[in-house]
Order: sequence, then C-alpha cells, then structure tokens
Amino acid sequence: MTMDGTITKEAIFKPENIVYKKTSLMTDNILSYCPGCGHGTAHRLIMEVIDEMGLESETIGIAPVGCSVLAYEFMNVDMQQAAHGRAPALATAIKRLMPNKTVFAYQGDGDLAAIGTAETIHACNRGEHFTTFFINNGIYGMTGGQMAPTTLPGMKSSTSPYGRDLNSMGHPLKMTELVAQLPGTYYVTRQAVHTPAAVRKAKKAIRKAIEIQHMKVGLSFVEIVSNCNSGWKMAPVQSNHWMEENMFPFYPLGDIKVDGKLIEKK
Amino acid sequence: MEKELRLMKGNEAFAEAVIRAGADGYFGYPITPQSEVMEYLMAEKPELKTGMVVLQAESETASINMLYGGAGCGKKVLTSSSSPGISLMQEGMSYLAGAELPCLIMNAARGGPGLGTIQPGQADYFQSVKGGGHGDYRIIVIAPASVQEMYDSAKTGFDLAFKYRTPVLVLTDGATGQMMEKVYIGKQHPRLTEEEIKEQYPWATTGKSGGRERNIITSLDLDAYKHEQHNHKLQKKYKIIEENEVVYEEINLEDADYAIVAYGTTSRICQKTMQIAREKGIKLGIFRLISLWPFPKKEIRELSKKVKGILCVEMSAGQMVEDVQLNSVDGTHIEHYGRMGGVVPSPVEIFEVFENNYIKG
Repeated sequence: MTMDGTITKEAIFKPENIVYKKTSLMTDNILSYCPGCGHGTAHRLIMEVIDEMGLESETIGIAPVGCSVLAYEFMNVDMQQAAHGRAPALATAIKRLMPNKTVFAYQGDGDLAAIGTAETIHACNRGEHFTTFFINNGIYGMTGGQMAPTTLPGMKSSTSPYGRDLNSMGHPLKMTELVAQLPGTYYVTRQAVHTPAAVRKAKKAIRKAIEIQHMKVGLSFVEIVSNCNSGWKMAPVQSNHWMEENMFPFYPLGDIKVDGKLIEKK
Repeated sequence: MEKELRLMKGNEAFAEAVIRAGADGYFGYPITPQSEVMEYLMAEKPELKTGMVVLQAESETASINMLYGGAGCGKKVLTSSSSPGISLMQEGMSYLAGAELPCLIMNAARGGPGLGTIQPGQADYFQSVKGGGHGDYRIIVIAPASVQEMYDSAKTGFDLAFKYRTPVLVLTDGATGQMMEKVYIGKQHPRLTEEEIKEQYPWATTGKSGGRERNIITSLDLDAYKHEQHNHKLQKKYKIIEENEVVYEEINLEDADYAIVAYGTTSRICQKTMQIAREKGIKLGIFRLISLWPFPKKEIRELSKKVKGILCVEMSAGQMVEDVQLNSVDGTHIEHYGRMGGVVPSPVEIFEVFENNYIKG
C-alpha cells in the first residue's frame, strides 16, 4: 500500500492478494460467444469443478452443434464434437466403454430438446452414468435467432416473427421436468448464471452432478437457463432482466429431483 | 488345435468373429435380416468373457453416433443393420470419415427402395461405394460371399479401419447373412488395454493424462482454407487405400472368352452359371469383387481387353455395372442383368441372359 492508501499494481499481483484466477482448464482462446452471454460462465464453472475435483486427466467432454459447437476450443480437456443432437449417444458409448472416466455432454436447447430429443430421453431412461449440461436460452443463437423448442409463448424469433403462436407452433418443451420423471435420472436441477449468487448455486449443482456421476446411480442433469441478448435483440443487462421476468416464471430455478426422488412442490 | 469348426448363419458367424477379434463394443438396433447379430451377442454375454459392451440403442442414428463416441476413444466398435437402417446411418458415416474414426459397420442388405422388402438385395452399392452421406469421403467396402468370409471380414475390417482411421463397411445381403455353412472359428484376440490404446492411438480421447495436450475429435473447421487442407489429407489417404487394398478373386479367367463380374451372393450363384456354360464348351469365367471400394480399376481394364464380353450380374437395376463400364476399354461389350426388390436370380436364368447376349446374338 502506498502513502496515500492506494494499492500498487505489484501488490495486487502478490499471490496472497489474488481473489480469482482463471482455471488452466479454460484455454486462452478468445470466446466466440457474444458479450453478456451465459455460455462463457457455464464453461468456466464446469472446468473449475473438473479442476477442483482433480479430474483433468480423466474427463471427456462432448460439444454439441449450436453456439457451443466450438466448446472444445475453450475447454482444456479431451473433447469430442458431436453431430447435432447426438451428444448423449456419444456420451453413452464413451462412459460404457470407459466406466471410470468422467463424461459430460454440453448441449443447447435446439440440440437437446428438438433434434436430439430421442437420444436425450433414452440416455436418461437407461440411467447412463454421465452428466448432461443443458443451456436453455429459448432460441437458436448460432443460426441467427430462430424459434427453439423452449421459446416462450408469444416470444418473437426470426421464425416466429409475430411471436410463438401455441396453436400452430406448439408449446415450449420443459425437457428438464420431463427427464426428471424418468427412473434413470438421479439428480435433475435448473440453475442460472446471471448473478454472482446464481453462479455460486450453479457451481454447487455442477459439482454435485459430477459427484453423482461417480456414484454410478443414474444420469445427472443440470439445466442452466441463460440469456441470448443477440437472439433476443436486447442489451446484455436488459436481457438478464427479461430472463428473470419471463424465463424464470416458466422455467423456475431450483432442484427438481434429488437422490432419485422428485422434489415435492409446496 | 486352435481352430474349431461350427455350422452357423452368416450373421452369427460375424457376431462370433467380432468377439474373437477383440471388439470393445457393439451398438445396434434390430432390423431384418440381420437381427441375429445382436441376438447372438446378447446371448453370448461377451462382457463376461472379454469385457465387450453390447447395447441395444434407441435407433440406428443413435447407434452410429455411439460408434463415433467409442471410436473417438480408440475403441474397437461396430454396428450392424440392413438397408433402411444403413440409410439412417449415412450422416454418421460422413462424420466418422470426416473425423477420421475407425469402426466397423455391417449391412445385410435387402431389397429397396423405402421399406422395400426383407429379402436379399444389392441395391445399396451406390450408397456404399460412392458415399451415401454428405461431403467428399470414401469408406472401405468389403463384400463377403460365404459364411466363412463373413467371419473373416470382422478382423480384416477392424484391421483396415485402424490402419487407415476410417469406417469399414461389410456389405453382404440377407442371403449370406441368413444362410448356414460350416465356418472355422479362429482364436480369441485380446481387447486392448487402456495403456495399449493410449500408446497405439495417441489421437484418442482417453483423458488428458501424461502431460499431453488435449485431444479433440471433430469434423468441423470454420476456416475454409484449413478445411480444404483436411480434405486434401483425406483424399491422399483414399489414394493410398486405392493403391494398396484392392481385393478380388479370379475364377477360371485364364482361358476365358467371356467374364461375369459380380460380388457377394450373386457371385456364388454365377459359379453355377459358369459350370453350365463350361459344360456346353463356352469358356466363361468370373471376376469376383471382394473390395467394392477400392474398386479394382486396373484389373477390370485388363479384363476388358482380354475377353469378348462382360456380363455384370447384381441384385439391382444396375449399379456396379457403372464402375465396370467406367473402367473398361472403349468398345467392350458390357451387359447387365439384375433382379430387384428382393428377387434372387437363378443360375439358369443368368445363363440364358448370357447366351442370348453373347452366344446366340
């Protein structure tokens, strides 16, 4: 500290003063995500948990098709890039062939809840011993903001320009509630990463999901409700407010299934 | 004696062979006429013998993507199906080829198009050798013609798949899959250990251990110029395969005036046709394709120079015949005879077609 009470740069760099350090399991590649997007935070939390649990050399991750198609550029562990929607099929085979590895599928809403619905449901129903991270932002981000299976009623997208009409376009799919009903899932939770408090909760959930994977008792499934400011045509802060006001009432945060048992709604 | 003799269906022989070849995992979906493969594996419980995983998947789409996941880890994985199911797998084969992943796929083909029929067919030739999925890629295609060759194709197929990091397709049909013949069973090859996989396949995603950089299995590159380089690499590999892996069988071609070109079940039927011809003093021989891709280009060209005529026989409207035409010298008298929709031609009808085209005409 200097005479006038300010902290010098040298002091900040001292190890005892470091309050946050990027995990070495995130590469130095520049994230391809839009500023304000939740993907980067979700990536970091998963990698931090893998790092803290000492699983770097035992982990195989799967990137989907969608905004996170390049997740392998950022996650510094062994990675496979799957065909659209097929991450659970890859994860199933990898985990069955190498039962002692930590295997996770990282998927968006179009990947997991539209084109990959069958693979998602069957992997959950078989009770595969891997972990699914499901990023739900209610839109197809990478292809330019088309309607997703999870797009809210009335929500505008490039393929529902007048808002999602439930009569002609069907209802948003609550995939997480759906898979919680299956006997093969052991831990099912819905989280968010838009505030420091939410980030802390999400990280705990991610850790729990990986721990459950090691127990080999069933599939662990973590949904992260996220924003898509580009697709939603909003500023990042505005999109987070919109998410709280519109996404959370429809996709309420919290555990849905714990220890293989559905949480009773009060 | 290491070898034992058994009476088995082609599908069963293939299933036994993959266990013996040291396969790590089978992922499949039932479809006639090849469901015996998974039935046999489930009954044999290879997980207790060798640790091999057998899983009934929710679809052919899931099966082929399970192969992608397993192959990406350097595991010996396979699936089997029949024509409509193989169509569903084409996207996955393109990804496997693009990501350079080794695996074994068996197609006990049936008559098409569409749901078609459950009787044998050879109308999947185009789909198999021209690349049924998207993009510039090839896969090695082997066509067995007996139950013994069905058995042998498992180890040969895995060896080629890992030698070149490519999917290998065993293209048979409902007849060879379902028929019973005697078959010599070979010895049990051990599955590779994790350490052996890490050593032999350093590209595999086995977990980032030993201080190495992370491994990535992908077919994606958003940089067009880099992706073109990847394509060049693939094409170079395909050229090497074309130069080294052509397999065929010549039957009575030394003195032949005429030749039949055929593969698989049809090539067996044509041997009887050849016998009928020879009994009548007509010097007919058979050029039997074993590797459909790589195609024996040079050999077919030499054959076309030597004989007065070539009859292509296949259970299709005429698919393999196009490759024979393409590789024969100009002016070669090439005819095609095919039955479709699951109908198997008889030796006598093939002889009549041959006689009408080349002898009586």
